[in-house]
Amino acid sequence: MSIILSSTILLGTLGLVSAVVLYVIARRFSVQEDPRIDQIVSLLPGANCGGCGYNGCRDFAVACCNSTSLDSMVCPGAGDIAMCKISSIVGLASSTISKRVATLRCNGSIDRRKPVANFDGIVSCRFQNTISGGTLSCVYGCLGCGDCVSVCRWNAISINNLTRLPEINNAACTGCGACSDICPRNLIEITPLKRQSIYVACSNCDKAKEAMSACKSACIGCGKCKRTCTFDAIVIRDNHAWIDQSKCRSCGKCIDVCPTGAIHVSELYSDNQTVTTQR
Amino acid sequence: MKLFSFRKGGIHPPEKKLTAGTAIIEVNLPRQVSVLLSQHIGAPAVPCVAKNDVVTRGQKIAFANGFVSAHIHTPISGKVSSIGKITRPDGTVADAITVTAEDSDHFSDLQMIGDAAPVRTDREIDVLTSHDLIDIIKDAGIVGLGGAAFPTHVKLTPPTGISFDTLIINGAECEPYLTCDDAIMRTQANDIIDGVYYLMKAAGVSRAVIGIENNKPEAIRAISSASHRHDGIEVAVCRTKYPQGSEKQLIKALTGKEIPSGTIPSASGIVVDNVATALAVYHAVKWGIPLIERVITVSGDKLQRPLNARVPVGTLLSQIVELAGGIPDDTGKIVIGGPMMGKAAITLDSPLVKGHSGIVFFDKDEAIRKEPCPCVRCARCVEVCPMGLEPYLLSLCGYHGEKELAVESNISDCIECGSCTWICPSSCPILDNIRLAKSLIKNSKK
Repeated sequence: MSIILSSTILLGTLGLVSAVVLYVIARRFSVQEDPRIDQIVSLLPGANCGGCGYNGCRDFAVACCNSTSLDSMVCPGAGDIAMCKISSIVGLASSTISKRVATLRCNGSIDRRKPVANFDGIVSCRFQNTISGGTLSCVYGCLGCGDCVSVCRWNAISINNLTRLPEINNAACTGCGACSDICPRNLIEITPLKRQSIYVACSNCDKAKEAMSACKSACIGCGKCKRTCTFDAIVIRDNHAWIDQSKCRSCGKCIDVCPTGAIHVSELYSDNQTVTTQR
Repeated sequence: MKLFSFRKGGIHPPEKKLTAGTAIIEVNLPRQVSVLLSQHIGAPAVPCVAKNDVVTRGQKIAFANGFVSAHIHTPISGKVSSIGKITRPDGTVADAITVTAEDSDHFSDLQMIGDAAPVRTDREIDVLTSHDLIDIIKDAGIVGLGGAAFPTHVKLTPPTGISFDTLIINGAECEPYLTCDDAIMRTQANDIIDGVYYLMKAAGVSRAVIGIENNKPEAIRAISSASHRHDGIEVAVCRTKYPQGSEKQLIKALTGKEIPSGTIPSASGIVVDNVATALAVYHAVKWGIPLIERVITVSGDKLQRPLNARVPVGTLLSQIVELAGGIPDDTGKIVIGGPMMGKAAITLDSPLVKGHSGIVFFDKDEAIRKEPCPCVRCARCVEVCPMGLEPYLLSLCGYHGEKELAVESNISDCIECGSCTWICPSSCPILDNIRLAKSLIKNSKK
């Protein structure tokens, strides 16, 4: 009986003393964290994609609280509504963002290009690009192994089995740029998405004859689109056209004149949000 | 006799030296050559001729662009018919100068060896300084002919504060099928030894060791008897083991020195050159002939006539294969270079470059890669890795994109010899994943 009593008293006293010590230490050395950080984090997607330029969502939230201006601080994943909420939390004006998406600058589907080789190594564009010219003709075109699909945190990219090209879902894409970084042939461009974005889906730098022999839908740099464009938005460089999105008004005249069908339209999806800036 | 070898790792694939003991076939000059501007490690050369210029055999047609680069010479006389892009055997494209022979003066003004007096007598060569010799080698556009095609004049220029003490001549030829080095050692031993002597003078060393694997007894005999022409040249017989012909492994085998991780052999005072490079140096110094041709092995189990041929640089590979009886019927894979380190080709309608040591044909059964199974942790890849790395770990790093772990595990020391993939009982694509990891690391540094 006395053993039970003494051990209860001993352990009880020990627990009580420890509790007091822990309480004192916790009060004394507690870190005061800005409560706004947790509020902001709850608004962010939590994918840690790095599209904002910071090391993950929490880092971005800390930066929002510490900075004196929200200019150029944008979470592409959360969109404008979240940025407005963040601006009301920290009491600073947020900058409007135009939605940016990834666009694939290649339209060389499997029926437009010639198969030139079999490849039995691991399925990876980067690996294939380091040791060979790929399995389809056109050394500038998409390799189709889907490295961009594997790095996309938003499930916005999928490989179309008919064309063997990646397809980008504009609604899900946040323009974080992970796919653009991974593509060994630099085919993915991050562009502002308008109601209708018109872009040249080809990056072939060869002259017309070689380009056409490699891919039937290659841009041959003929310049028809450039002559048709009334806004001077089209530039021909390295034997292919490129559309300056800041000048393009999406009239679509160039699409009709392109002889190879290399100019494509990317449609804005209805669930994209646009909100005016508010304090 | 003492057999030299590196201790750590290594494998012994079937040797299959089908062309051992055959003579070198001298090929007629082709009517047209396409000479690539980037045949070496380093910056591509810059053309110094224009379209429709008339060029003569051995004329310089492109200048080295920078220190780590090499001059390019035309192997035939004729007219420059185009300067533009052509396809390499692996399907990538590169710039090249195409020269087409005009009707009559197809054969050259450049004297062939034996037809005329050499451009330099032995006495003239004896007074040349190391600097003069390096200039001659640079002017002749000589690059390492073992496969990597690193410009030789760069190798021979010691880093500041270091003087060379040993020259190692690589006659190991550890790759299966290839016998091009064996062929020149058997038939041109005296010339090679003279070339080694010139290289010793250029590097300023008094000792040279020629390493030859013991599966080439005739070559060992020929080189040993020729080695007495000059002082300080030794012949070391190595035990046949892959990858003996790799620079660091050969140094370890012959000198016992280990090159520290992340450094190059010249920092330890050692120069390694291939026997074919020594022969090219001999031709350049003694006869004034730049590097415009090389010996290449065409081999394969199903090939009609496997052969070694001396071919002008820029000849279409398909023309060389015609000599060997054409592409065999059930070919599944064509490898340019040795079967272990070479690259698979998708077309043979592209020109020979200085670094091509062989064309090997595999039939469909040999070419097929087995379905990879899970790693069984047998550690055979660790056992055979000649660099003492952990290939299974590096492979996993590539698969999962773990860049930091890969760098910590010294992925940069991997020489991509492929021993790990060759030995793997689960046929895991180990080297594929290691290369993927390397490309990831290279990408993140950009």
